Amino acid sequence: MSTDIGVWIAALLTLGILSFLYKDNPFYKVAESIFIGVSAAYWFVYMIYNVIKPNLYENLQAGHWWYAPAGILGVMMLFRLIPKVGWLSRWAIAFMIGTGAGFNFILYLQSNVMKQMRGTLAPLNSLGNVIMIVGVVTGLIYFFFSAEHKGLLGGAAKVGIWFIMVSFGASFGYTVMARVSLLIGRMHFLFSDWLGLLH
Amino acid sequence: MGFFQRMMVLDRRIVFVLIAVAVVTPLFIPFRLKMHPTPASRGLYDSVRRLPRGSTVIISGEYDPGTAPEIQPMMIGALKQCFRKGLKVILMGLWPQGPALEEQALQEVFQEREFKEMGLRYGQDYVNLGFKSGGGAVIQSMGTSIPVAFPTDMTGTPLGKLPLMEGVHNLSDVAFVLDFSAGDPGTPAWVMFAHDRFHVPMAAGCTAVSAPMLYPYLQTKQLSGLLGGLKGAADYEWLTKSPGKGMQYLPSQSVAHLVIVIFIILGNIAFFVTKRKGER
Repeated sequence: MSTDIGVWIAALLTLGILSFLYKDNPFYKVAESIFIGVSAAYWFVYMIYNVIKPNLYENLQAGHWWYAPAGILGVMMLFRLIPKVGWLSRWAIAFMIGTGAGFNFILYLQSNVMKQMRGTLAPLNSLGNVIMIVGVVTGLIYFFFSAEHKGLLGGAAKVGIWFIMVSFGASFGYTVMARVSLLIGRMHFLFSDWLGLLH
Repeated sequence: MGFFQRMMVLDRRIVFVLIAVAVVTPLFIPFRLKMHPTPASRGLYDSVRRLPRGSTVIISGEYDPGTAPEIQPMMIGALKQCFRKGLKVILMGLWPQGPALEEQALQEVFQEREFKEMGLRYGQDYVNLGFKSGGGAVIQSMGTSIPVAFPTDMTGTPLGKLPLMEGVHNLSDVAFVLDFSAGDPGTPAWVMFAHDRFHVPMAAGCTAVSAPMLYPYLQTKQLSGLLGGLKGAADYEWLTKSPGKGMQYLPSQSVAHLVIVIFIILGNIAFFVTKRKGER
């Protein structure tokens, strides 16, 4: 069994969180509150030392005054907490959304639309390609709401739903896989690092 | 009350206990599963294998301790493959915890005799640039100048003082990017900026949750390989002949999946049987 106080704390907090599976209880509440508090504090300090200090403070100190508007916009974000001047935070949000959209728009279009469209225009020389093209076309038809889903359009939309359901199923399967992986990691920690029963 | 009616009102805690037993038992009674690496996993392995000796590779870590059980075995596998191949490794992260976990992975790799004997030196064979906030903007900046995006490494040493970085000015001087990501910013940003804009070939490893979103990049060859979740990690360990936690955890994963599948089938049968009885 571990003699490391850190491992003991991590193990007891893990058990506290897992105890929720039985029912809500004070151990879970304590573990949850510690998690939220520690996370908030960790991110606060981390952001000051790894984002604000190197990206803003050090640049201003070096005389790079053109970083000042970014700092002012950052402060304006906090005005949200003061109802009287809360509207000022919208300017900062508008700036973020505008630059974000402009920065990403072309690249998103190229990488996630044009290249994917080109990837879909495959020759119908294999079963995989046929399934892919039928799936894409019928899936798009399902989201075509300018005409009533009747007749040929309705049939294609129904096929589209099946493809969408299969895709949701695959995503859900992967999600289950991910969650089980995390559970395995925690169980291994408890039986190996804490109890020393596994190597 | 019949079996199927009992199934319909089964206490969910019984399911939890059975899943826990399914996860823990293979850890104590390990068994080996026959490995069949997916083409996506093989793609990543082959891409790194084909790189010429001495090439520079960026390994970026966008994950945290919460997702480490899935991603850390991939990171360890990638470091081992790169070092065996004699590649120069630049570590970095777009998530704050990434570089620290990369350091842990390095320590784990260097505990093995094979890598200890290689005498790998920091600054010469590998560097860790640390974390930089900004996501895609950081990669964009690296496309123009890596020292502008990262003036110093993780320890505060200017990049100019690191021999490895001598010929590496921007992403064009990098032969390959390996991105291990658990979310955003992560692989999509690397694909958009490093691959599509600066034409650096790349492959990725991700959590199982993210895998369905990234598979389309394989079809379009924006990614040359993809490790999806624990299965991807185990595949990679098998391909690199370095069994680790991925292969150790995989039996637990398989048994847990089996239990879940059995419950789904039984639950559906119970639903239809009890529904039919109700109709009568």
